Amino acid sequence: MGHGFSTLFYKEVLRFWKVASQTVAAPVLTSLLYLLIFSHVLEGHVRIHGIAYTAFLIPGLVMMSVLQNAFANSSSSLIQSKVTGNIVFVLLPPISYFEFFLAYVLASVVRGIVVGAGVLLATFWFAPLGFAEPAWILAFALMGGAILGSLGVIAGIWADKFDQLAAFQNFLIMPLTFLSGVFYSIKSLPPFWQELSRWNPVFYMIDGFRHGFFGVSDASPWLSLAVVGGCLVLLTVFTLNLLKRGYKLRA
Amino acid sequence: MSAAIRIQQVSKCFGSTQALDRVDLEVAAGEFFGLLGPNGAGKTTLISALAGLVRADSGSLCVMGHDVQADYRAARRHLGVVPQELVFDPFFTVRESLKIQSGYFGIRDNDAWIDEILENLGLTSKANANMRMLSGGMKRRVLVAQALVHRPPVIVLDEPTAGVDVELRQTLWAFIRRLNEAGHTIVLTTHYLDEAESLCGRIAMLQAGRVVALDTTARLLLRFSSHTLRLRSRGEMPADLASGAAQSGGWWSFPFDDFTEVEPLLAKIRAAGCRIDDLEIGKPDLEEVFIRVMQGQAETPAN
Ligand SMILES: Nc1ncnc2c1ncn2[C@@H]1O[C@H](COP(=O)(O)OP(=O)(O)OP(=O)(O)O)[C@@H](O)[C@H]1O
Ligand SMILES: [Mg+2]
Repeated sequence: MGHGFSTLFYKEVLRFWKVASQTVAAPVLTSLLYLLIFSHVLEGHVRIHGIAYTAFLIPGLVMMSVLQNAFANSSSSLIQSKVTGNIVFVLLPPISYFEFFLAYVLASVVRGIVVGAGVLLATFWFAPLGFAEPAWILAFALMGGAILGSLGVIAGIWADKFDQLAAFQNFLIMPLTFLSGVFYSIKSLPPFWQELSRWNPVFYMIDGFRHGFFGVSDASPWLSLAVVGGCLVLLTVFTLNLLKRGYKLRA
Repeated sequence: MSAAIRIQQVSKCFGSTQALDRVDLEVAAGEFFGLLGPNGAGKTTLISALAGLVRADSGSLCVMGHDVQADYRAARRHLGVVPQELVFDPFFTVRESLKIQSGYFGIRDNDAWIDEILENLGLTSKANANMRMLSGGMKRRVLVAQALVHRPPVIVLDEPTAGVDVELRQTLWAFIRRLNEAGHTIVLTTHYLDEAESLCGRIAMLQAGRVVALDTTARLLLRFSSHTLRLRSRGEMPADLASGAAQSGGWWSFPFDDFTEVEPLLAKIRAAGCRIDDLEIGKPDLEEVFIRVMQGQAETPAN
């Protein structure tokens, strides 16, 4: 992995950091609002796995921020570069498709983790959090961020226009994240929806992440690790193949 | 003579458009080479194929002996491309853009060379300005600078002077000429044929994806253009003279190859009783060559 890779990674991080009020502060504020509203309504009424609702909600919001921002980072960077044409600056140099992939995905993970940490920092005052098994917290944050960063690369390359990217985001990413147990335990759902949720990989990301805080979860963290790890491998192979073929980037 | 660029039997289709049709081209190291052709001839496509931005359907392309697909890292390290489109990254300043571009090519401490490029392109005072704040011509200069950060031995400029002022043209060409004298191979596309004529030692003309002319600038001028005697006269032009001339807007144009033909021509006109009101001599120019080649008067070069 050469200096070309590290420069692209650095540039991708710098790109979001230069506009941190939009890319970091705004999503942290949004999550904080979710927390204030939902906990105001539900705290004291709902306990999940014996955990107070606000405490249950916080890791879900943190992970949702990690995922959405990881996706946003690679996808918006790529579509902007394509639409403005400055994508040539990274296509002309001797950067391999593997380095290209890794730089975009890692920068997405960084953005996801930075926003997730911001949300955690802004919300952990509201309820006691356990940090019972921190290795799971880290593992699921990193893998979830990488998966969504990878999806962002796919969406950014596939979309020709901003509204196509918005469609990808609104009809795929948003439903998957909202219907994954961020706001509730899937055990509280009717059987049909419970079964459906078990087909949603994002459910395992959130559930495994939450397990790291409380030591309890809907599914076994090892099952979640297997599902999330499997998804990461599949998406990585798929995205690398797109890049190798030069799909939509090298006509 | 080692080849800086070797293009062999390269074809490329976009849907039903044949953008390149079995293009063969070789540019020797140290040449100043012109790639001319009307809009849509395939110049940008050929450059893109060389840069790896477009994949040729068939044929092979090499930069300094490195295949652009099989050995793309070496090929790209040896090539600097100034794209035709005016593109920039609005997140960065001029200097940041150049440092990042250096990094992409694996170069760490490039400040001395970046300063030199900035100086030569008249960008020093804009070094810390954000890209968005620059005028179109200034952005064009930064594009040139970005193509040079890794000191590529082969530099390809795709219409670098489209829509830029006289000053930039002169600074740009002076700089590019110096680079050429220092041994860099230069390939240039432009629609300003006077520019190509004064800069390029050799020229290829593309039409509908095919190379329709390929020769030294001097030989192309000699072959397809001539001096012309242009005059405005009163009185009847003798028929034998009028048949070898073109007339437009009251001016007669007589092509000639040798200056010794001028005096007898003028003598005949005088003898016919014509009075000459105005007279000038036009030099052969590339525009005439270009028009005649595009009209199909050039033989297809043998493969
Ligand atoms: N990405 C693309 N998709 C479809 N068609 C394309 C694409 N790029 C170029 N073409 C077509 O290929 C042909 C050659 O285009 P190219 O841009 O190479 O011409 P050019 O010689 O550079 O013209 P100009 O002088 O206008 O820059 C044109 O017919 C153009 O419409
Ligand atoms: Mg062009």
